[in-house]
Amino acid sequence: MNEETYDSMVKKASPDSPLLKDCIRAFAVGGLICMIGQMLTNFAVGYGFDERSAATFTSVVLIAAASLLTGLGLYSKIGKFAGAGSIVPITGFSNSVTSPAVEFKKEGYVLGLGAKIFIIAGPVILYGVLTSIIVGMVYYFAGR
Amino acid sequence: MSAHKGNETVVFSTPVSILETASAVGTKEGEGPLGKLFDRVLEDNMAGEKSWEAAESALVRDNLSALFKKSGVSPDFIFAGDLQNQCCGTTYGVKDLNIPLFGIFGACSTFGEALALGAMTVDSGAARYAAAAASSHFYSAERQFRFPAELGNQRPPTATYTVTGAGAAMLGKGDGPYITSFTAGKITDYGINDANNMGAAMAPAAAACIKAHLEDTGRSAGYYDVIATGDLGRVGTELLLQLLEKDGINIEKNHTDCGMEIFDNKSQDTHAGGSGCACSAAVFSALFYRKLKNSSIKRMLLVPTGALMSTVSVQQGENILGTAFAVSVENEVIKWTI
Amino acid sequence: MDYIRAFAVGGLICVIGQILLDKTKLTSARILVLFVVAGCILGGIGVYDRLIDFAGAGAAVPLPGFGNLLARGVKEDIDTMGAMGILTGGLKAGAAGIAAAIVSAFFMAMVFRPKEK
Repeated sequence: MNEETYDSMVKKASPDSPLLKDCIRAFAVGGLICMIGQMLTNFAVGYGFDERSAATFTSVVLIAAASLLTGLGLYSKIGKFAGAGSIVPITGFSNSVTSPAVEFKKEGYVLGLGAKIFIIAGPVILYGVLTSIIVGMVYYFAGR
Repeated sequence: MSAHKGNETVVFSTPVSILETASAVGTKEGEGPLGKLFDRVLEDNMAGEKSWEAAESALVRDNLSALFKKSGVSPDFIFAGDLQNQCCGTTYGVKDLNIPLFGIFGACSTFGEALALGAMTVDSGAARYAAAAASSHFYSAERQFRFPAELGNQRPPTATYTVTGAGAAMLGKGDGPYITSFTAGKITDYGINDANNMGAAMAPAAAACIKAHLEDTGRSAGYYDVIATGDLGRVGTELLLQLLEKDGINIEKNHTDCGMEIFDNKSQDTHAGGSGCACSAAVFSALFYRKLKNSSIKRMLLVPTGALMSTVSVQQGENILGTAFAVSVENEVIKWTI
Repeated sequence: MDYIRAFAVGGLICVIGQILLDKTKLTSARILVLFVVAGCILGGIGVYDRLIDFAGAGAAVPLPGFGNLLARGVKEDIDTMGAMGILTGGLKAGAAGIAAAIVSAFFMAMVFRPKEK
């Protein structure tokens, strides 16, 4: 039997993820996190923050909250339920930084916690900054 | 004496006894359908240690000690392995036992490999007693192969759940049940590279090994009361049955999978089933050995299955390979004709 | 009204991520990278700011919002300091988020031990 035949057997035997259920949950939890974000923004603006500072305030509060929930072992439970709903918001980024930090502390503060803290955040920062530089070059040479 | 029979099978005409077994599992396994059968269930998966890795080693140590106590003998050699890098779960676990170790790696097929090597060693007279053991730990495996436990991820329905536990068997000369033969599997590659579908990677290896075993021994699939694969899970099991059906072998009636026995997927949300070295080792030790002892089954073929890969090979895009060891365990002595 | 818009748009962005997760077997790490890069490009061509005008936190809180932040920062730095802004703008704009994430992670690691799921 060749690989193609087997591959089609595997596809048939492997159940698909429950897409509709997953999407409804992702929508609900992702939406909720963003709504909380909006509340934080409105709250900050009400206290006289300008729009830019209010957005930063919102991010920082959400990141800190997600980090705490990760430390308490609760964020993975939310993630199991919500999937992308708790991965895609900035809280998911925070979870991806805190979870390896907690998990790999045992391997030391430098090469354990210090290095592994970036296993997911590292690529995000690298490719984000790389893209921003390309955007900047286009903007500098062609866009203005 | 043992003899080579057919292509990849070794038969024992003066069979090796499985004198005793011991099993220990984590909390989730303890809550599963086989929970009451294990000798020991951890109250906390950290087992009072400082890391998951140390917890696995503690499981290995305590389970082997329990085996020595239950069987009343101390082995000349230990054949054992696990899933941690360089088999550290095992080596740190046995270091205080002061018994020579053959550390082995066959991924989740390790227990089958250990039984096979141990049986040959005892049969040849190289050891009076040999212990065969395997272990795995959900959290040491997760952080090595996947992501930190606290990362909020979903597992796809084809994913299996690594069993936290250890299983061990004491081999020697004595009463049944006996290891009467084994078939060592070849490495198979069917182009599977989805690390969340290990069952699919291992099913062809299990099918090939079972087929070779039946051909080499001249037995039919119906000869065995039970054919138990290690950790194919639901997806792998379905594929195994289909693959064997293509070769005209039907094991639907007597087949079971240790990974499907150990958890109740409905209430425990373990998706395709249990996996890991401890899966077949602990389930054989707790369930099937007991059934053989009380003669509710008389002949079984234990087929621990392994998905061979590393974090490096997966990241480099290599396929996940499969292997399997088929070990026949029977209550009667078999006089083989070679 | 702004809450409903934030909920709907934020939820929909997450649904896109969920479809990718379920259908393409991309790991969550790749989804994060993809969304930040996508947000940065959309920000570069000026589309994403309009989505934020409409949805507020619904567009700012999901990771494309972080990518957009980097693009916006680069443009602003180029406007104020010229070519060097190409290098400085991105990280400067993302600084608060990155610093908050790594510092809080460090303190959580100090306080907590790995937990069972």
